[in-house]
Amino acid sequence: MSAVLPRQPARRDPAWARRVFWLLAAGAVLWPMLVLAEFKPWLLLAPESLEPTLRFLAGFVPPRLDGEFLALVARETWRTVAIATAGLTLALLLALPLTLLAVRSLSISGLTGRMAALPAALRLAVRALLVVLRSVPELVWALVFVRVVGLGATAGVLAIALTYAGMLGKVYAEILESGEAHPTETLLRNGAGRLQAFFYGSLPQNAGELTSYTVYRWECAIRSSAVLGFVGAGGLGQQMDSSMKMFNGGEVSTMLLVFVLLVAATDRLSAWLRRTLA
Amino acid sequence: MKIELKSLSGRHPAASASAPAALQALDLAVAAGEQVAVIGPSGAGKTTLLHLLACALRPAAGGLALDGVDPWRLASRERQRLRGRLFLAPQVPPLPPRQRVVTAVLAGRLPRIGLWHAVRSLFYPTGIAQADAALARFDLADKLFARVDRLSGGERQRVGLARALLSQARLVLVDEPLSALDPTRASQALATLTGWARDSGATLVATLHDVPLALEHFPRIVGLREGRLMFDLPPVQVTPALLAGLYAHETAPDEAVFDEAPATPRPVVMHCR
Repeated sequence: MSAVLPRQPARRDPAWARRVFWLLAAGAVLWPMLVLAEFKPWLLLAPESLEPTLRFLAGFVPPRLDGEFLALVARETWRTVAIATAGLTLALLLALPLTLLAVRSLSISGLTGRMAALPAALRLAVRALLVVLRSVPELVWALVFVRVVGLGATAGVLAIALTYAGMLGKVYAEILESGEAHPTETLLRNGAGRLQAFFYGSLPQNAGELTSYTVYRWECAIRSSAVLGFVGAGGLGQQMDSSMKMFNGGEVSTMLLVFVLLVAATDRLSAWLRRTLA
Repeated sequence: MKIELKSLSGRHPAASASAPAALQALDLAVAAGEQVAVIGPSGAGKTTLLHLLACALRPAAGGLALDGVDPWRLASRERQRLRGRLFLAPQVPPLPPRQRVVTAVLAGRLPRIGLWHAVRSLFYPTGIAQADAALARFDLADKLFARVDRLSGGERQRVGLARALLSQARLVLVDEPLSALDPTRASQALATLTGWARDSGATLVATLHDVPLALEHFPRIVGLREGRLMFDLPPVQVTPALLAGLYAHETAPDEAVFDEAPATPRPVVMHCR
């Protein structure tokens, strides 16, 4: 009978049940997490917490803009930029060799199928080292180095260098591996060395993305050096910490404004670099 | 460079073990300085043959000897040095889009120069005259300082060939060098390549889809079909009947054959990190 009748058109979206299931499943997973994280947004609007918050924020206006303080901020801003730049440069010097060791597409033994055992093990070891470097937060490195070299900028520089070397190495390796492999592979096949193949094959392909990521990390380093200042690693952060402790909201807001300007400037720089290298 | 193949078989590393090898039990001997054109339908194993000769692919079975040496018995360092005396020009020109033509051409001499020289040449090209001469032979001298991504497909292909001239290789393996060239350019490019190989004494093995050009420019024609040798003759003895047999279509091709097995999908590039 049913064979004679015209086929019933499909009325139901077959994906519907699956979609509802995953939505409910996501809710079921997220709810205990929110409970665990003590996520209670209504506390924000409770009058007894709202009032001190508003008083704290009201202290931020007007920002302190007198000449003496601005000179201090300028000096500390320069120090912050210097910490971030020096830290990132050190990180770069550390990350580049690690990247070259970790990248699979620069392997000569991997040309004809699998990588040989020894290079593969070395590659794993380098990856593990990168994991260790970046999984220890820079704040912890800074606390360690503050004990080693004392309060000041050096601790911040070293902390940024170690953590960011781990991040840069990992992401550089991923950028190089996800790019077009054909030019590099052909150079290796034609007898070029690994580093030669990197300079003539991989680098021109990926220079734009590598640069833009590096500039983004530099921006992150500037922001992170502010946090490091709170544990005594120098720069604008340290200044912000002391202003915060003195309940000097005007000074804090001036320094926050400087941060906004710094981040905006790195944004422009990165856009310009990408345009130039594209 | 002298080539000897003894019942050589090869398959792409990504191919399944049950699939027939792309190249099956091939016997072939090529003397030093000889020029050979390999013809045959798509999927005949031409690219696999070139990859085997370039030591880019380990043979599945059989023997390969280059100048009497089995490259796969060498230590890997020695083998890489041997690769420096071979030159494989893949079908798709291996040129990074943002590189300049001069750098792309000069990359052909990387195996001959040290790392320091290679890096210095990135700051200021050290072989402008050589690159210019090689490009001029392919009618591209005006593109010396152009960027690769400003070139047409045919120009890129000729830049890839100009790189071969810089390599000073003893064995040049060219995979389908004419696919993006118009007939005049194709004939000219082939004449340049064979003339250069003759002058330098390098052995030349090229795969070609354009049979008339192959017959015109090469003294020896090798026909491959389904991974097997069909004929190995001088061009005057390659009759239309032989060619018809070489390119005859099967009634029903039971599965699509690729020159190169599809690569494993690459991870998606994450643009926000």
